[in-house]
Formats: sequence, structure tokens, C-alpha cells
Amino acid sequence: MPAHHLSDEILMAYAAGSLPEPLSLVVVSHVTLCPACRAQMETYEALGGSLIEEIAPVGLPDSALSDIFARLDDEASGPGEADPWGRAPARTPADHRSVDGSVPRPLRDYLGQDLSALNWRSVIRGVEEAEIALDGGEVRTRLMRIQPGVAVPKHTHGGEEVTLVLTGGYSDAGGHYARGDVQVADPTVDHQPVADPGEPCLCLVISDAPLKLTGPIGRWLNPFITY
Amino acid sequence: MEQAANVAIRREAVLPDSFTFGGVARVSTAPERVNRKADPRYLAGLLNAVGRNRDRDAFAELFQYFGPRVKAYLMRQGANEALAEELVQESMIMVWRRAESFDVSKSGASTWIFTIARNKRIDALRREKRPEYDPDDPALVPAAVEDADAMVEAAQQSQRLSVAIKTLSKEQADLVKMAYFEDKAHGRIAEETALPLGTVKSRLRLALGHLRKALMEEQ
Repeated sequence: MPAHHLSDEILMAYAAGSLPEPLSLVVVSHVTLCPACRAQMETYEALGGSLIEEIAPVGLPDSALSDIFARLDDEASGPGEADPWGRAPARTPADHRSVDGSVPRPLRDYLGQDLSALNWRSVIRGVEEAEIALDGGEVRTRLMRIQPGVAVPKHTHGGEEVTLVLTGGYSDAGGHYARGDVQVADPTVDHQPVADPGEPCLCLVISDAPLKLTGPIGRWLNPFITY
Repeated sequence: MEQAANVAIRREAVLPDSFTFGGVARVSTAPERVNRKADPRYLAGLLNAVGRNRDRDAFAELFQYFGPRVKAYLMRQGANEALAEELVQESMIMVWRRAESFDVSKSGASTWIFTIARNKRIDALRREKRPEYDPDDPALVPAAVEDADAMVEAAQQSQRLSVAIKTLSKEQADLVKMAYFEDKAHGRIAEETALPLGTVKSRLRLALGHLRKALMEEQ
């Protein structure tokens, strides 16, 4: 069970649908591995359900319902879809064999291939990264892989950074982080992670462009705002 | 058999007195009642009827109830009327197609439809993909058995939430609604309400704490 979680504020923002895509990816990957945050997030979705029932309704044209039925009938008689009145096709099965379940499904969908087939780039000896194709604007989304026992050189962050551990683990001054744990690092954190011995440490990392404290992620995490 | 049982659920659904929305004598929906909140078990029964039996009448009832609400939600989020109506159509078609996967033990009907409308909005207005967790993911870490037992049934949760929302102060309720109905980071909410960001965040936290407490009580 993960020890380092996402804040309620972020879980609620995910449920409300206001997080930028890279941060949403961190949220769904974390809640796949963290039943407590998953339950919390679902409570916030239930809150959305409750609120939408209480919203003052805005009338639809009289034809709205018959338009939907007509649309489904049209598609039924047209080429292409087998049976639009029928059930949604099952989701395309992911390649479960090659990824051994270490990578949560939503993240795997972004990778589109086996981990080893990604375009890994060496950062320093024992540390590699692979960019994830995601239109995150100024936000960079990537996987990092740190070999067992390797210390990442001491660094501070130009912007906000959020790390989710997928395999292995690491320690820094903030504590120990293992599978499912999330660490939010801001530019003031002097950060020197050391990977655990044993298996390589694989992490999902998203970061705001340097010095963008009010960037898409920083806006949610800005450390200079006290509650 | 399944069909018969399902119909029974719908017929037995307890509606508040004088609440004749849909129900056995459906056909015409009294517009003046559209503002009333429906019984969550009844709504779940409709959704199950669509999922299991492809029941067009049940779908029509769901549409009458949720369509105008989803439209209002989308317009609050900045869609113009034409776009909102188009997205209502797409959302409800999605409801039709996915109804089979609706699981009343996991979420209420309104929650389920809210998430569909929310995702349509993100697709259309933000042009972003919407990552979601997959309950069948082999990587999913299941909840401990005792935690799962302690979870409040979805329909019950929905009712408690509605009650709890009414006990929020107006300021808290307004902020929660802004957070859900307007696609804004909390910093933007602060700008627009002319409240300090710290106040927005602490007020929101209080509201969330309050709602959570309401959900935990009486277990």
C-alpha cells in the first residue's frame, strides 16, 4: 500500500475534470496502485454526480430524443459499425504479456509498446529516460529508469516535478518511495534520490518548464501558497 | 428471468410521494417536475434496463431527466448552446452503448453519467485525452476486504451527499460548484471571486471535510 499520496485537492480536481492531462495521468496511475486514493477519487466523482442532478436544467429541443434514436438507426443501416444499437465493443486488449502488469493500464496506453522498445536516452551512467508522447503544452512527461543503488546527482528543480514510482524504489531526504508512491518536488527541494538495491527503479515523472511556478502543474502544487 | 426481475426492480422503485416523473405511467414527463431530484435506485434501474434489455423507454426517461442537466453543465463550462446540444447527444449515445458496463455496486447512475459528460467536455472543449483507470487492469491493487465492506453503497452515498451539500454554507457550496462546473484551477477561482487563494483553498478543504464526514457517519 503506498505511503505517499496525492492531496485531496488534486483528487477532487481530477474528478471535476480540471486537471491538465499529464497530471491526470499521474492521478489514474496512482489510484490504480492505491485503493485509498481510488475510493477518495470516486467519492469526488459521486459529488459531481450529485451536483449535476442539482444544476438548474436547460431545456432541449423537442426533437432531441428522436434525433438520437434517428442517429442510432441511421448508423445501424449504414456501412461501418456492425450494430450501433448494440453494445459498445470491448476495449482493445492491451498487450498484457509483454508488460507484466508493472505499468498501470492507462499509462501503458500512452506508451503503446513494450518498455524495452521505448526510445531510452542515457542521462548519466545508470539513469535513463524516455519521453512519453503527450500533448502537455509546457509540461514534460517521461519515464525514468534508475539502476539499483545509483545516486542521481544532487539537483534542484527549475519547476514543479511530480514523480510516481512504478517499480523498485528510492530514498532521498524526504523519505523512502516505493511502488505507487508519489513525490511532489518543488524548486526549493534539494533532491538527491538514491535508488534501492535490487531491481531498477522505474518512475513516471512530469515536470513544468523551468521557472514556471504558475505553470500547468505548479498552479495546482505551488508550494508558496500555504493552506 | 433476468428481464422479469429487472422490470420488477423498476416498478418497485420507491419514488417520493407526488413524484410521477417517468415511472409506470411514463410517456409524458411533467416538465414542472424536472427540477426534482429522482430516486437514485430508480435511476439505476433505468440504466440497468438499458444495459440488459436495450430498453428504449427506459432510455427515454433517462434522457428526459439527464439531458437538460448535462446541457446545463456543458453550458456552465463554456459550450455554446449548439455545441452543448451536440455533446448531450454524444453523451447520451455513449450512455446507450456503455449502459451494460454500469455497475450499481460501484457508482450511482448520476455519477456514471456525470463522468461520461465530463469526459465528453474534456474531449471537445479542451481537445485533450482523458486518462482513466481501468477496473480490470491486472496492475490494479484491490482494496482490502474490510475496506470494501465499509464502503457505503453507491445509492446511499448519493443520497447522503445530496443531504450534506445542503448543509454547506452558501460560500462553501458556491466554491464547490465552481470547482465542478467551471474548468478552472483554484487560482483562477480566487481571481474571479476576489478572494485570496489561501481562503479559496481553506474554504474548499472545509467543505470537502464536511462532506466526507457526512459520508462516514451513520455507518
